[in-house]
Amino acid sequence: MTNVIEASGLVKRYKDVTALAGLDLEVPEGTVLGLLGPNGAGKTTAVSILSTLLEPDEGQAIVAGKDVRKDPKGVRRLIGLSGQYAAVDEHLTGFENLDMIGRLYHLGKTRSRERARELLEIFDLTEAGDRPVKTYSGGMRRRLDLAGAIVAEPPVLFLDEPSSGLDPRSRVDLWEVIRDLVTEGATLLLTTQYLEEADQLADDIVVIDHGHEIAHGSSDQLKTQVGGERIEVTVSELNHVDTAHEILTTFAVGEIRIDHHSRGLTAPIAGGASTLTQALRDLDARGVVVQDVGLRRPTLDDVFLSLTGHVAEEEAAAGNGGRRANRPEELEEASR
Amino acid sequence: MSQLMTALGDGAVVAKRNVIKIKRVPEILVFVLLSPIMFVLLFAFVFGGAIDVAGGSYREFLIAGILAQTVVFGATFTGAGLADDMQKGIIDRFRSLPMSRSAVLVGRTSSDIIYNALSITIMSLTGLLVGWAIRTSFWEAAAGFGLLLLFAYSISWIMAYIGLLVPSVEVINNASFMVIFPLTFVANTFVPLETMPSALQTFAEWNPVSAVTQAARELFGNIPPGTPEPTVWSLQNPILYTLIWVVIFIAIFAPLSIRQYKRAARR
Repeated sequence: MTNVIEASGLVKRYKDVTALAGLDLEVPEGTVLGLLGPNGAGKTTAVSILSTLLEPDEGQAIVAGKDVRKDPKGVRRLIGLSGQYAAVDEHLTGFENLDMIGRLYHLGKTRSRERARELLEIFDLTEAGDRPVKTYSGGMRRRLDLAGAIVAEPPVLFLDEPSSGLDPRSRVDLWEVIRDLVTEGATLLLTTQYLEEADQLADDIVVIDHGHEIAHGSSDQLKTQVGGERIEVTVSELNHVDTAHEILTTFAVGEIRIDHHSRGLTAPIAGGASTLTQALRDLDARGVVVQDVGLRRPTLDDVFLSLTGHVAEEEAAAGNGGRRANRPEELEEASR
Repeated sequence: MSQLMTALGDGAVVAKRNVIKIKRVPEILVFVLLSPIMFVLLFAFVFGGAIDVAGGSYREFLIAGILAQTVVFGATFTGAGLADDMQKGIIDRFRSLPMSRSAVLVGRTSSDIIYNALSITIMSLTGLLVGWAIRTSFWEAAAGFGLLLLFAYSISWIMAYIGLLVPSVEVINNASFMVIFPLTFVANTFVPLETMPSALQTFAEWNPVSAVTQAARELFGNIPPGTPEPTVWSLQNPILYTLIWVVIFIAIFAPLSIRQYKRAARR
């Protein structure tokens, strides 16, 4: 399979920061590459370079057979870009936005109009099509923006954090739309902060931090690399920690981490909820009082923690909050 | 040739978008039209009584000055519009399209002429109500309005450059004010030049805003008979001097703006 996007050694420096520090990317035809990383990792810079918005300081990139440096206009004819913020004109109607983009791709008056109506239909915006965009919800704006990216049916698509700022429902709807685009043969590079999103959409994932690749593989490969699922237990008495450790060792498929200060143990396991249930029974049988327990699947935080030894900035706080909220239910389920 | 046609076609598509916006956000239009009316009333009835114009009426003297000031202020819309598009990522979208690299700027500066044409119309009507009169032929008057709009168009290119440089819409208003304020007030727009101290007077005499004002006064016939000839070349040949500035502004700022547009990625 030929690579539709091929970049090597991309470097981009701003005054005080290095946004990209030698990034290589390869996206075979008809596949989806997920570029995963926290804010400031260099995802948008990479997309900007590949979509000719920015010139790299070093390195080169070929998109759909054209060199982004030597033939940017050629590249622009073959790509569609949907940026991080829905770049639609809110005073124009949905139809007018799409029609304008069609005209600027030089599709001609008739075809632009026809295509605009087609896309409104595909993206479920027919009814709202003749209303100014400022009356649209966030999800509708993102859909319209995405529609804008495929007006000219480009073979290559760049989606920069397509679901940022969307509620879970709209996010799932958007994924559906993106999957359809790929089924129709588009090659896609998408950036995201969420492992789940990459998991859902990408064939191949490149994790980046501080402008360079720190991991590369399919979603399953990455999760395995991170260590799969794990049990987190907090015991109520400090002198129970060793007993708990002993019990968890029988279930663990890797090294158990112990934090004496918080009386917490983290054990990588296999087998999910049934393993957790069994572990809880054993702990109970030995008289270990469990204060808190949870079954965790790897998150982006874990990928980061395990790959870089540091927590992805900004993501950490939100991630923790989410996990804590899950625990009571998991515990309930486990003790039933 | 075909490249030029593409550029013009793309420019027209962008201009159309801006025109739709004028229709959809009438609030902007109200503001654009009200502020010159307020200026006319302010100077005609509040300050006007304190300013003497030898041999003529202040209100006749005033209107050409306010027209010049208004069109120059109107040019800030160009900068604000571009800064806004930049902030919202719309420029990024345009830059990812295979369209002409000058189209966004050509479209924007062209559509902003409409704002200025509308405010000139409203102001002229207000002026006629408070005692302004055009004492020349239709064609001379038309040339006067045309020159004002052309001058504003060239200022639009300066504002386009500033609009692409600044990080946000809020900054553009202050940044452009720094340029526009001295240009429009240290000039013959509101007061006769003779009243100014000599250093300021020299600046004002060579200020292009003075020239366009002087040219408009001549073309509207608002210079009272018996007024002494200006002593400097710029005001003796105000139309030519204005046109020279128009060419200079566009020749410098159109290429600068287009260069800035090409590299203006939102981070």
